[in-house]
Amino acid sequence: MSGTFEINLRINGQEAVLPTTAEKSLLRFLREHNYWDVKCGCEEGDCGSCAVLLDGRAVKSCITLAAACNGREIWTNRGLGRTDELTKKLQAAFVESGAIQCGFCTCGMIIAAKHYLEQGGKADRSQIKEAISGNLCRCTGYVKIVDAVYGVALEMGTGGI
Amino acid sequence: MSDFKLIGTGAARHDAWAKAKGEQAYSDDFALPGMIYGKVLRSAYPAAVIKNINTQKAKTLPGVHAVLTSADVPRNTDVSKFGQMRDVGGGFEGLYKVLADGKVRYKGEAVALVAADTEEICEEACRLIEVDYRIEPGVFCPEEALLPGAYLVSGEDKSNQIMRTKVEKGDVEAAFAKAHVIVENEYRTPAVDHAYIETEGGVAWVDENEVITLRVGTQVLEHYRTVAKIMDLPHNKVRNMGVPMGGGFGGKEDITVESFLALLAWHTRRPVKMIWSREESLECHAKRHPEILRYKTGAAKDGTIIAQQVEIVMDGGGYTYLTPWVQMYSTIYAPGCYRIDNLEVNSVSAFTNNTFASANRGFGSCQVNIAYESQMDEVAAKLGISPYEIRKINCLRQGDEISTGYIPEGSVVLEELLDKTWEKLVNSGPKQEYTQEGWKIGRGLACGMMPYGRLCFLHDSSRVGIRVELDGSVTVRAGVPDLGGGQSSVLCQIAAEELGLPINKVHSFVMDTHLTPLAGTTTATRQLYMSGNACLVAVGQVKEVLAKKAAAALNCLAAELTFAGERIFLTKEPERGLAFVQVVAQASNDGEPLFCEGQFNAPFTEVPDLTNIKGRIHPDLTFTAHAVEVAVDEETGQYKILKLIAGIDAGRVINRNSCEGQVEGGAVYNVGYVNENLGWEKGITRANSFATYLIPTALDVPDLETVILESGGGLGPYGAKGVGEPSDNSIAPAILNAIRDATGYRVTSMPVTPESLLAGVKSIHNS
Repeated sequence: MSGTFEINLRINGQEAVLPTTAEKSLLRFLREHNYWDVKCGCEEGDCGSCAVLLDGRAVKSCITLAAACNGREIWTNRGLGRTDELTKKLQAAFVESGAIQCGFCTCGMIIAAKHYLEQGGKADRSQIKEAISGNLCRCTGYVKIVDAVYGVALEMGTGGI
Repeated sequence: MSDFKLIGTGAARHDAWAKAKGEQAYSDDFALPGMIYGKVLRSAYPAAVIKNINTQKAKTLPGVHAVLTSADVPRNTDVSKFGQMRDVGGGFEGLYKVLADGKVRYKGEAVALVAADTEEICEEACRLIEVDYRIEPGVFCPEEALLPGAYLVSGEDKSNQIMRTKVEKGDVEAAFAKAHVIVENEYRTPAVDHAYIETEGGVAWVDENEVITLRVGTQVLEHYRTVAKIMDLPHNKVRNMGVPMGGGFGGKEDITVESFLALLAWHTRRPVKMIWSREESLECHAKRHPEILRYKTGAAKDGTIIAQQVEIVMDGGGYTYLTPWVQMYSTIYAPGCYRIDNLEVNSVSAFTNNTFASANRGFGSCQVNIAYESQMDEVAAKLGISPYEIRKINCLRQGDEISTGYIPEGSVVLEELLDKTWEKLVNSGPKQEYTQEGWKIGRGLACGMMPYGRLCFLHDSSRVGIRVELDGSVTVRAGVPDLGGGQSSVLCQIAAEELGLPINKVHSFVMDTHLTPLAGTTTATRQLYMSGNACLVAVGQVKEVLAKKAAAALNCLAAELTFAGERIFLTKEPERGLAFVQVVAQASNDGEPLFCEGQFNAPFTEVPDLTNIKGRIHPDLTFTAHAVEVAVDEETGQYKILKLIAGIDAGRVINRNSCEGQVEGGAVYNVGYVNENLGWEKGITRANSFATYLIPTALDVPDLETVILESGGGLGPYGAKGVGEPSDNSIAPAILNAIRDATGYRVTSMPVTPESLLAGVKSIHNS
């Protein structure tokens, strides 16, 4: 394909200079460069399994252009799990609560949950549901996912009953 | 049974950490040196005749490695086999074609395959394939399809009928004559997509020994045999190193990408990857069978259902696939979990030019569940008794026959389940008339019954291997496809429990047709039942070897020993014992086998007379009950679920989180049944994205509560029953019954849309 050019960005804490094309989504770009914990469920921005943090904000990478990420910072769940305490807690809570069945939505869910908690989200089941409502899960019925996030929210002391 | 260490706990699954950390590789996460991509050209029309396919332009496009049509498939016509141990005859082995040939039978049917350097070149090559279609009128309603002179869906058959089945007992006519009330209704249930978040896909290559090697997530590893047949190769020349699925729900039960990948890899001698788009997945893979269900139910004055007559018409879509199997479920379980002495069920399935229908969680049971549970409430209303009372009067009890005259071997604790589930809703507080925003509130109750384990005449079996390592750790090896329900992890839990080891000492290696004992399909809610029991057989053999060694060293009988806490010791004198690893070392020294393979066979029966189905058709049954509170906005036709209680008799809970997870996930899957809408119009799927095919989000369901009974009366390990598919019953009808309670309007046709509900509610107000 013509029109390949390089972008500078920081992915999971590491500086990277990588090739892309104008039309390539951030999802395809990340997966091509082996960040395959970012999952492709619909490629239309509907399912949330491709969520990553872009400059600290949860975004759906399938409807974000890679080229628009020049000079920006990206974290995936896999990268965060190595360094970020909150993500580690969320990952452990997902395991212990039985919030993971097939696991395909998990990385995106954890990104959405981390974003929620970092924005000051409380241990409030309704608000947690709203925060993860852009992320589809077909296995769990969401109960144990909400349990996991709720537990971490309580532990963080961000409020709750 | 109370001294379990691991059984019944929520021990974390062995694979949960990898999934939490993003380290689990799925079908789309593999890449191989020299890998190219594959794509399917799909039919643009639901009904057409392919007059000619010209692939010349596509073949000459730079970067294209292969363009294949039906002429390139060694055996293009196949019958579905699903790992069963015997041939069960043409009627049950649904014909399908690898690539369309002659007539196209549904929109999106595979017409040609392309392999190229990139996905973009694949797409361009697909555009360059010239297919000369003659568009045909098609037929899109199964009843129309069965009329004389209807458009014929296939080019080979003389009618569109797939199969007729019948169940009969007692004297229906005589019983209706005595009935105090009779309720007649026609119900329509829609197609449903599995909507797993991971679409179908995988990679394949031909290895140095000419073995076609697949890495494809599938519920049926045994499709390797089908691939071999299609390719005209011996079975041992096809291998699937299975991959954990990002969800299955029956949608990865039929073959998906396997044969396409095999054909492309074989022709190009390059590793090939194929991943279906969401649009492809929603338009082209199997759906839940739409059914038309006509129920006539007669009851005595005291509420006893004395007669029921049922007519079922099923839409099989363009190819047979699993329609006959699904039809067995709908036919036999048409009266549901009730004792009805006079019964007649006639079912027929037909080809149409809709997307083909096959397995979907609930497999023919959840369609009839909608109808029989709606009928129960209507009969109760006519008699002036409550939905709870009518179910108490008629529910199956231990020792009662089901429709085929078979008396279930496993426990039947439906009455207790019904009580506890309904009680939990009642105890949540009195029902209010309206919500704060003025939505009308109603409550609904429904029960369900669904088998676990496959049709007995398929002669199902499973094999599991246990290998003890010299350091005392253990590997469980089984060809168990894991679709996310914890199918493989539960085997580790059983092995650890039996050998007295901590769960982290037991590891599983699963899903490789060349390396793992074949454990059969992850379908029919069978893995815990079948492979759990096979695991017990295998681990029993290992224990026998080790107990013999330990008994000799401890100078006691093997029967006097207990395995616990990584020791083998005398049950009555726990201080007299040996470390597990010490006994393993002795057994190894003495040349004893430290790998054992166990096999478990389900009950075997013969194929029944389909005009009068009798006897044991399934190993056993699981019962469910659901109670819901729903609010309906009578101004807009919207509804929301306020409370949801999900009840099940799990027999025995093996893994608490996995069991609850199935019950919760199944409930929400069935919540979606009420209004998920593929928007079928003359064979076209209008809702072909997740923006239009709306599955429940976290906001669509309340914090549901579970009631899990443990009767101990299942046929699985430790008395467990299967829960995966039964969990997808009785929620939707409970919702419909709650809507009826709130508004007086009986929904008889799904999907429920705001428009249809509003029109229904208005019709009640106007009458």
